Amino acid sequence: MAQVMMKDLNKKYDEVHAVKDVNLHIRDKEFIVLVGPSGCGKSTTLRMVAGLEEITAGEITIGDRVVNDLPPKDRDIAMVFQNYALYPHMTVYDNMAFGLKMRKFPKTEIAKRVGEAAEILGIQELLKRKPRQLSGGQRQRVAVGRAIVRHPQVFLFDEPLSNLDAKLRVQMRVELKRLHDRLETTAIYVTHDQVEAMTLGDRVVVMKDGWIQQVGEPLELYGRPANRFVAGFIGSPSMNFVEMTIAETNGALWADTPGIRVKVPPASAARLGPYKGQRLTLGIRPEDLRVATGSDPADYSFDTVVDVVEPLGSEILLDVKAGSNVMVARVDPTVRAKLHDKMRLSLHPERVHFFDLKTELAI
Amino acid sequence: MKKPIAGGAGSAAPVEVALPHSGTSQRRALTGLLENERFLAFVLLAPTVLLLGLFIAYPFVMGVWFSLSDISVGNPAHFVGLRNFVKAWNDSIFRTAFWNTSFYTFWATIFKLALGMWLALLLNRHFRGKRIVRASMLLPFIVPTVLSTFAWRWMFDPTFSVLNWTLYKTGFIVAKLPFLSNGDWALWCAIAVNTWRGMPFFAITLLAGLQTINTDLHEAASLDGANGWKRFWHVTWPLLKPVTVVVVVFSIIQTFSDFQLIYVLTGGGPANSTHLLATYAYQIGVATGLLGEGAAISLCMLPVLFIVVWIQLRYLRRLEGA
Repeated sequence: MAQVMMKDLNKKYDEVHAVKDVNLHIRDKEFIVLVGPSGCGKSTTLRMVAGLEEITAGEITIGDRVVNDLPPKDRDIAMVFQNYALYPHMTVYDNMAFGLKMRKFPKTEIAKRVGEAAEILGIQELLKRKPRQLSGGQRQRVAVGRAIVRHPQVFLFDEPLSNLDAKLRVQMRVELKRLHDRLETTAIYVTHDQVEAMTLGDRVVVMKDGWIQQVGEPLELYGRPANRFVAGFIGSPSMNFVEMTIAETNGALWADTPGIRVKVPPASAARLGPYKGQRLTLGIRPEDLRVATGSDPADYSFDTVVDVVEPLGSEILLDVKAGSNVMVARVDPTVRAKLHDKMRLSLHPERVHFFDLKTELAI
Repeated sequence: MKKPIAGGAGSAAPVEVALPHSGTSQRRALTGLLENERFLAFVLLAPTVLLLGLFIAYPFVMGVWFSLSDISVGNPAHFVGLRNFVKAWNDSIFRTAFWNTSFYTFWATIFKLALGMWLALLLNRHFRGKRIVRASMLLPFIVPTVLSTFAWRWMFDPTFSVLNWTLYKTGFIVAKLPFLSNGDWALWCAIAVNTWRGMPFFAITLLAGLQTINTDLHEAASLDGANGWKRFWHVTWPLLKPVTVVVVVFSIIQTFSDFQLIYVLTGGGPANSTHLLATYAYQIGVATGLLGEGAAISLCMLPVLFIVVWIQLRYLRRLEGA
């Protein structure tokens, strides 16, 4: 178990600058998730920690050792690959034992550790099989087993669940979380799936174009996104964005665009002062919109027309139009809405986000 | 059947209609026949069976018959039983040829495999000009054997050998090496030329095999603590084995029955010391005209190759079953 430090980490290929000035301190026993769209540099960062990619500039420390020039085998890490990378010609037992054999562990110790791992993962009866005789979920378990028998300082996961079907993915997600609670090994987990990131990570690192966008606990990212990209990436369906003009009327600030006119909540008013007369982006999550009732303050309500109705059972997603602005609202399943219905929506004043139009940073 | 069409006028009309009608029914009959799987299978297989029969089965059967007869050029065949085989067995040149063939095949295959594997591993890396190197590597394989072997014969020539000249001028040797004038040397020379010629086939095939191995496996193994050699031994080699077995068997078959190379390089000499079964069979059967004895000699290759193929098939079947 160890902390991992990345200092001014950079990776350049011939033309592409894949990872840019990444600084990250991963604490001992922490489960950290790197998330972002494809090509954001998350996998490259992970592979640099593993020693599978050379570091162009910067420093990586595992425990108290700088590992920049250590080969992968000397870094005391274990990795689970997206396609499992099980040795097809070896049995499950041999797959799990391989790393220990290479490190010249005594046979009894190998048998003990493989046995333990197999029990934790519930794959005892598969030990004599070859990988191709296993289902996707079983292979996944073996890949995890191969990592945990080594008792490494750090686990690295490279999109380990993306080859599984949706139902199995949810199940394995829970198991991985349970496993981490049990083993308490530092883990770095790469995924493009924000749900995986939110549910697994103690902290989540959102990346885009090689830059770290924000590091934080899941609910922090959700509640206080640092910029428009994080706001849109975390949460599903993603946040609604509307470009609006800030204007002052009777001493209060209002955000205005054809079809929507809402008051700037008092909590945000002070910060928005400098934007008077300027345009900015307003963000509101679908779940922070609701069908307005008589008791809702008119200052935070606006009229819309229903464009698409998506009933999901536990909730209904309404695609609505306010003027030319398209938004999604997540409403109660009891709401009866039909296409082209007029509907007045109200937004949650404390959960409105504002972003600078140019820098896209949260205001 | 001749049916008058509605509104048809005059007696000529039904006849005109009847012609295309009978054509359709013929086509329908043919379609019906082709729908019949047995018939279709026969139609599709017949050309292949005919070609195989004409060019493989017939010569093979004739070869077997010749080997059991006393046929020679200009004389008809009489059945003589196994006399040709017994004669061959008692012939010291035949035994030398048999030994040479085994020796030649064994070492050439080992060298081709080792060097081909080495080349394939090198070519599997990324470097500038990779494609050109890969393509040019095939040259020895695509140049006609006779042509390239002639070139080699010049290089080994007793008087004009460029190899001897180079070694002599650089001071490595004081006397000319007897490349082709000594039987042992000549056989090793033939092995060298065969290796040079056959190595690209090994390299390209093994390279294709290497490229099917997922790079993740190597990465996983390097994280598991395996160094370069151990990664080759524990990951690459076992996964490459099926391809290797197929290439080796192909090579054994071709090398064991090799003819052109020895025929051009040494002609079986000096003093019949470098004959392979194929060249000796040619010398006895065609050059000397004793077709029966020649057939018997060449037929001696069959059991050896049969065993090789049988082992290969068994191995591949076991791989599939595992």
